[in-house]
Amino acid sequence: MALDALVFQAVNGLASASGLFLVAAGLSIIFGVTRIVNMAHGSFYMFGLYIAVTVADRLPSPFDFWGGVLVAVALTALIGALVELVLLRRIYRAPELYQLLATFALMLVMNDAALWLWGPEDQLGPRAAGLTGTVELLGRRLPDYDIFLALAGPAVLLGLNRLLTRSRFGRLIRAATQDREMVAALGVNEAVLFTAVFALGAGIAGLGGALQMPREPASLTLDLAVLGDAFVVVVIGGMGSIRGAYVAAVIVAQVKALCIALGTVELGGLAFNMSKLTLVAEFLVMALVLVVRPHGLFGRPAPATRIHASAVEAPLVPLGPGGRGAALAAIALFAAMPLIGDSFAYAPVLAQDVLIAVLFAASLHFIMGPGGMASFGHAAYFGLGAYGAAYAFLTLGVSTPAALVLGPAIAGLGAVVFGWFSVRLEGVYFAMLTLAFAQIVWSIVFQWEEVTGGSNGLFGVWPEGVLESPTGFYLASFALVLAGVLVLRRLAFSPFGHALRAARDSALRAQASGIDIARVRWLAFIIAGTLCGLAGTLFAFAKGSISPEAISVGRSIDALVMVLLGGVQSLLGPLFGASAFTLLQDTVMRETAYWRALLGALMIAVVLLFPGGIAGGLSDIAARLRRAAGRP
Amino acid sequence: MSETPRLEIEALDAWYGAARILFGVSLHVGRGEAVALIGRNGAGKSTTMKAVMGLVTRRAARLDVEGRDLRALPTYEIARHGVGYVPEDRRIFTELTVAENLDIGRRPRPAGTAPDLPDWTPQALFALFPNLAEMQDRPGGAMSGGEQQMLAIARTLVGQPRLLLLDEPSEGVAPVIVDQMIHALHTLKRAGLSMLIAEQNLDLCRSLCDRAYVIEQGELRWHGAMAELEEEALFGRVAPTNGIM
Amino acid sequence: MIAPVLQVEQLAKSYGGVRALDGVSFDIRPGELLALIGPNGAGKSTCFNIVNGQLRPDAGTVRILGRDATGLPPRAIARLGVGRTFQIAAVFGSMTVVENVQIAWLAAHRTVFAFWNPLANRHRAEALELLEQTGMAELADRPAASLAYGDVKRLELAVALAGNPKLLLMDEPTAGMSTAERGALIALVKALTTERGLAVLFTEHSMDVVFGHADRVIVLARGRLIADGSVDAVRADPKVREVYLGSGLASGERR
Repeated sequence: MALDALVFQAVNGLASASGLFLVAAGLSIIFGVTRIVNMAHGSFYMFGLYIAVTVADRLPSPFDFWGGVLVAVALTALIGALVELVLLRRIYRAPELYQLLATFALMLVMNDAALWLWGPEDQLGPRAAGLTGTVELLGRRLPDYDIFLALAGPAVLLGLNRLLTRSRFGRLIRAATQDREMVAALGVNEAVLFTAVFALGAGIAGLGGALQMPREPASLTLDLAVLGDAFVVVVIGGMGSIRGAYVAAVIVAQVKALCIALGTVELGGLAFNMSKLTLVAEFLVMALVLVVRPHGLFGRPAPATRIHASAVEAPLVPLGPGGRGAALAAIALFAAMPLIGDSFAYAPVLAQDVLIAVLFAASLHFIMGPGGMASFGHAAYFGLGAYGAAYAFLTLGVSTPAALVLGPAIAGLGAVVFGWFSVRLEGVYFAMLTLAFAQIVWSIVFQWEEVTGGSNGLFGVWPEGVLESPTGFYLASFALVLAGVLVLRRLAFSPFGHALRAARDSALRAQASGIDIARVRWLAFIIAGTLCGLAGTLFAFAKGSISPEAISVGRSIDALVMVLLGGVQSLLGPLFGASAFTLLQDTVMRETAYWRALLGALMIAVVLLFPGGIAGGLSDIAARLRRAAGRP
Repeated sequence: MSETPRLEIEALDAWYGAARILFGVSLHVGRGEAVALIGRNGAGKSTTMKAVMGLVTRRAARLDVEGRDLRALPTYEIARHGVGYVPEDRRIFTELTVAENLDIGRRPRPAGTAPDLPDWTPQALFALFPNLAEMQDRPGGAMSGGEQQMLAIARTLVGQPRLLLLDEPSEGVAPVIVDQMIHALHTLKRAGLSMLIAEQNLDLCRSLCDRAYVIEQGELRWHGAMAELEEEALFGRVAPTNGIM
Repeated sequence: MIAPVLQVEQLAKSYGGVRALDGVSFDIRPGELLALIGPNGAGKSTCFNIVNGQLRPDAGTVRILGRDATGLPPRAIARLGVGRTFQIAAVFGSMTVVENVQIAWLAAHRTVFAFWNPLANRHRAEALELLEQTGMAELADRPAASLAYGDVKRLELAVALAGNPKLLLMDEPTAGMSTAERGALIALVKALTTERGLAVLFTEHSMDVVFGHADRVIVLARGRLIADGSVDAVRADPKVREVYLGSGLASGERR
């Protein structure tokens, strides 16, 4: 391994670090003041790059690049301000998870807006005037622009630091980060402050995007890709720490650069291509950091911030006669589906999708609702179940029923390992560690071709024996899903379910009463992972194949959306949410190229109109009807 | 000097979410007057102050400061109209230094301010709270409860208020520091500030206040001169003798 | 002589070179209501949090019922027979009043890992009995989140008693309550102490409560124990008056 290659990659790494830092810094500042985890943050980065390319295209040569960057920063800041005024302002008091849902919906809308504005083709911008040359370093040629980028990160860091400590605006940001209400009570117009902070964060992200112009084309996949990177960086550095974000960005970028520079290494006689690790390097670093420092490198245990307490969940009540009737009717409907299949051939297929989605969502809800742990990587257990069953079935040649047991068992085993680390973390950190584990699983599946079939996945996973007929398999999966849902419901009412709620309601109180919080959460995580694995197993057999797509971030987010759409505070929520989401995806969404915007708009409408999700909305209506009926 | 009171409230109702906390509270605070608002925890003292500041959902027939209607104003405008709010648990910005905390509240003296009110420059404040002068660069989080309370009052004063809403200034503060605080509040009163003080410490009220209102379950039960307030009339031990209800 | 329930010896704890606690020793016997007072920053919280297991001391020992409990985590301390209430009362808001006590009862009997029969059917009678003792029986089926603060405090007491503790640690038990409620709560604690032979250690800012109800008072100042004795002895102690009670103007001494 030559030293010059290492140095070269290191400088390259610093240039990449600047890009990561710019996105992460804006995310961190916005989170600090508004307490909103802005899922749409990557969209501002993407818009920054698109705008810069578009503007640069229309300007004469020496001004094209720099003009594009300037306009991009100004416009993304402006869009940020508009978004704050129109959307965020309405959801500051909503529960944290609904804010996530709303900003995620915003990301979908912005992605389709970009598709509409710029079309599906990638767009490449010009190089920076004055920085098109190279310098020689240790016999290799380094682009001027990489050196400029490597310096841009620290420059923005210093500028932000100065802004935060030396200016009144910065002091206000720091004060509002701790207690926004008090800032207002001291005569500061906090509404304007919030708008300004959001514009600042969005503008920095826009700058980050625009500065990538000479390095990568503008494309529609950037938002999600960059969002993942930005989260990782913010979490490694510690939420709210700008300095931490820079250090984390450098670590992540350097580890990736090192992996590339090292290439294939021999370890104990085995050749291993280190560059394969770049796909997961940042997640490995994050997992490692979070296990050692649960609040990131520079983060502190949750500061005593004032967040509006979200409405407390009501105690659990068994279903009344009306509810039981409705539940039996739903069960009968699903059981009768094969009969309907004669006249509507598509109905059983759709019902099968709904069933799998229901178990996927209900298993996530178990840890997210009663457990208070929102996993951002639930698809990992879906994938482990699906791949586990498919591998056992195809390669080991076990029977279909045995595969139906092995798949969930493998997912459960994964949950045993990942859960042990994850349940020790809280809130966003828990979410990010679960996401990291899911990415690690995804990357292994993607790269371990001998076992998983790589990017193509595994084929020919068709059920055999009694389950071979579509009706037979449908009824079997219906029975399994029903059993899974009933078990989860039974657990919620059991002492164990209440211990889980106790740990969520007040960890201090639960510990003082002698409840082993970590064990309770761990077991809940394993149960949820196992049942999610069952959903994945059914999925593999229903589709006859499985690909890495099933473990992607997008799938994990689908599960979150289903739970939130249905209502996280109700045990029935995930059932409604999964059904509605699947039906929408299978019907309306197929009809338009702009399905993301449609879905996003729908999600925003749910957050603004039915903050309790579908289940919350239904019980509101029921309560209103009862009151109306009770009146003389 | 006109006769318009500094603060005038008529029929104030307030809510916390769905729960109604205040029921038709009416009170006034005159110029240079210190008025005690006395009652148990949960009686509605803090809510009254938060309602004045617009920090809870509220409705009132009248909510005026120096004749200006506050009802439609956002919180920050209310503060700019000369209302200084010192909340119950101080709510110091712990990450900011003493000097930075003061800077958040700082506001130039409005042009029309009555000449009898002092201009609260940092120097004037440090004369009032000598402790603070010595710890200007200390983070708010590294201060004792009593020091934080002083800072909370000082941080409000730099906004040049004409009316102070003090919510339980002695709660959680060592008795020695309470004595110092009473001294400082006397100085402020002499300087012409009006004060509404929510307090459970009767000695503090007796030493400082001219009049008192007793609040219970969100309704005013008694009001009169501080000297007439019998301890037994408080806290529901004996039925109020000359209640206004 | 009856063996002490809690024995604290030579506790010390520093934060970044500042001695928060410096050689503190005291003990409590069954049936005793012991108040821990001192000015802000005197080390009360540090001392309290070492006993309840949230902090680990730099030096010194904590013995509970004769067993070494130094540095054990809160859950292990709870298992030794220690109940706790918090300054800001903590209960399980998403459960009913009686479910709060039921789950605490099960936790104390190590049976929360039960997965089939609903919590509602388990030990409801025992839980109601405890609610009866704390005057909360009528509210048994109300959601805990809907209670008035005084009732939350009572519920928390019932939850803490569900483990049948020998030692009860109460951090500012009457904070946020009215004078009348304060008296009633402490009287209730006092009655339970006598009835169950319970030992209670509590911190408190209300001098009315301390001097009106405690059996014994210990005073911390700058990390050291400066007084340990009866209510009258501590009240008359010139050192205590100097560092804590002040001139008497605001000391609550107006009887």
